[in-house]
Amino acid sequence: MLRMIGATLLLALREIRRHILRSFLTTLGIIIGVASVITMVTLGQGLTASVQEDISGLGSDVYIVFPTRSDPNVSPPPFDGADITAVENQIAGVEHAAGSVSNNAVAFHNGQDWQTTVQGADPAFFSAQSIDVVEGRAFNAEEIARGESVCILGPTLVEEIFIADEVLGEEMRVGNVSCRVVGIVDERSSSVGGGDANDVVFMPLKTVQRRFTGSTDVQFFVVKYDPAYSSATIQQQLIDLLRERRVIQEGEDNNFNIVDTAQINETVNTVFGTMTLVVAVIAAISLLVGGIGIMNIMLVSVTERTREIGIRLAIGALAREVRLQFLTEAVVLCCFGGMIGILLAFALSFGISTAIDLPFIFSPAVNIMSFVFSAVMGMIFGYYPAHRASKLDPIDALRHE
Amino acid sequence: MTDHKLIELEGITKTFGSGPAAFQALKGVDMKIDRGDFVAIMGPSGSGKSTTMNILGCLDVPTSGIFRFRGVEVQALSRDQRSLLRRRYLGFVFQGFNLLARTTALENVELPLLYRGETKKARREAAERSLDKVGLLPWATHTPAELSGGQQQRVAIARALVSDPDVLLADEPTGNLDTERSLEIMELLTDLSNTGITVLMVTHEEEMAEYARTIVRFRDGLVENIVRGHKSGSPLEEHA
Repeated sequence: MLRMIGATLLLALREIRRHILRSFLTTLGIIIGVASVITMVTLGQGLTASVQEDISGLGSDVYIVFPTRSDPNVSPPPFDGADITAVENQIAGVEHAAGSVSNNAVAFHNGQDWQTTVQGADPAFFSAQSIDVVEGRAFNAEEIARGESVCILGPTLVEEIFIADEVLGEEMRVGNVSCRVVGIVDERSSSVGGGDANDVVFMPLKTVQRRFTGSTDVQFFVVKYDPAYSSATIQQQLIDLLRERRVIQEGEDNNFNIVDTAQINETVNTVFGTMTLVVAVIAAISLLVGGIGIMNIMLVSVTERTREIGIRLAIGALAREVRLQFLTEAVVLCCFGGMIGILLAFALSFGISTAIDLPFIFSPAVNIMSFVFSAVMGMIFGYYPAHRASKLDPIDALRHE
Repeated sequence: MTDHKLIELEGITKTFGSGPAAFQALKGVDMKIDRGDFVAIMGPSGSGKSTTMNILGCLDVPTSGIFRFRGVEVQALSRDQRSLLRRRYLGFVFQGFNLLARTTALENVELPLLYRGETKKARREAAERSLDKVGLLPWATHTPAELSGGQQQRVAIARALVSDPDVLLADEPTGNLDTERSLEIMELLTDLSNTGITVLMVTHEEEMAEYARTIVRFRDGLVENIVRGHKSGSPLEEHA
């Protein structure tokens, strides 16, 4: 049987080679189908990874809490240091909480000026938001406690106003405040406020409150929790505590909002996963059309080769051997289509990913599955023509002109 | 040894179609063929000779009657069992040669062995031997389009012989050939018959039938007469 399959495979390859243009055109449907499915899934995965990377700038296992209007005519009360301390002390599973404020300001250095954002943040905030100081140092306890004028810069700002200059230890001015640069943070993809996350100058929270906003309020705070605890429980406790502290009566809406980065991540995964699946299924329809093309050509081939089938049957081929021969041809055609489709998909998805600046994620599973699927297409759509060939009457087949 | 003839037909009928459109091609054919015989089946068009040949070649089954081949009742066999019978014991030569186009003479001859599960080496060697028997080894790599009609028919004979069959069935083997090539083919069939292969040949040419030892004449779906010992010079034995 193995010998028979080997010989049948050779016969199939020979038939394909004999009609090389027709074979190529026949497999075009499969090529386009496979290429579409793989390209769509690859781009979908790249897009998901890109969005996930953006979200990772918000930190992981973190809640971001900010005031919102429950009544359009009433401004919500801001949060302050006492709220943050209460959250840190009263909710089990909270590792730390840290507030932040920001303001627009113009940064000056050595004759250069640049419109930027000044943000008040202490090391706990840096930690919760996964902001790394890559050069210099973080703010020390004394600077935080005293609200000293020291600053840590984002990479955009360094680029814009420190051209070819020494950065660390330099004095610069932010608005009317002089400050000494003590560190530079790593590049980030996103921040809570949106905009360019790297166009920022960090100062201790107290400094910004005192010199820029003039109050001890925070605009929002982040809560870093231990992932070993139930996120839902912590979130509920957080809601209960804040409602109590903000004196919200039962039945009244919250005047604050809690954003869970894990939930965002999950939502992104679900939404993009579903989107990728839908697009892949639509692309798979072209594979189906390709399969029908294969069936059509195989039926033509059976008609064209009726006499050959008659000869094979006359010399003793069994019906199942004739069926195997035509089925093998259909499967080999589809496998060729699948292979070309994979190569095309690689080129397409790599090209498009590069062009629109998405990460290129090569997924062996998707490629293998698409290839197997194209082979299965060959089996499904090749079966009927092959069955028809095997059922031919040898006498009629030999008489066929 | 059993006392079976190689081929026995008893009361064979064959009807095509049904109802008012039914056509009875064979109306009760009785015939016995010995091993090693060279039989020419003759008759006018529509007499039933091709239908008989198809039944003898296990390509078709009778509507009624008994067809024994090597003692086995063929009409009771399944389609696949008849295929295996053809594969093992029968070789076919057709009027139109029926070679696979764009396939070399050698590959055409190898074809029956492919279905017998022979190794590539064994197939090649047997095909070369068979082509050598018909004097076409030097043309082994030629495709049918590159061969003359006579050469193509020789390739077809080589293909029929490659599996060492008991019976060679030739349906108008000289029908598409000129006289000279026809005589060559008939000489070849005679030689094969002399080696012990049973040759059954359908022909409408008296000149070709002269080569056979037994001549079976058909008319209107029945055997009109059988002439035995035709070539050997022995007294003719006629059956009405």
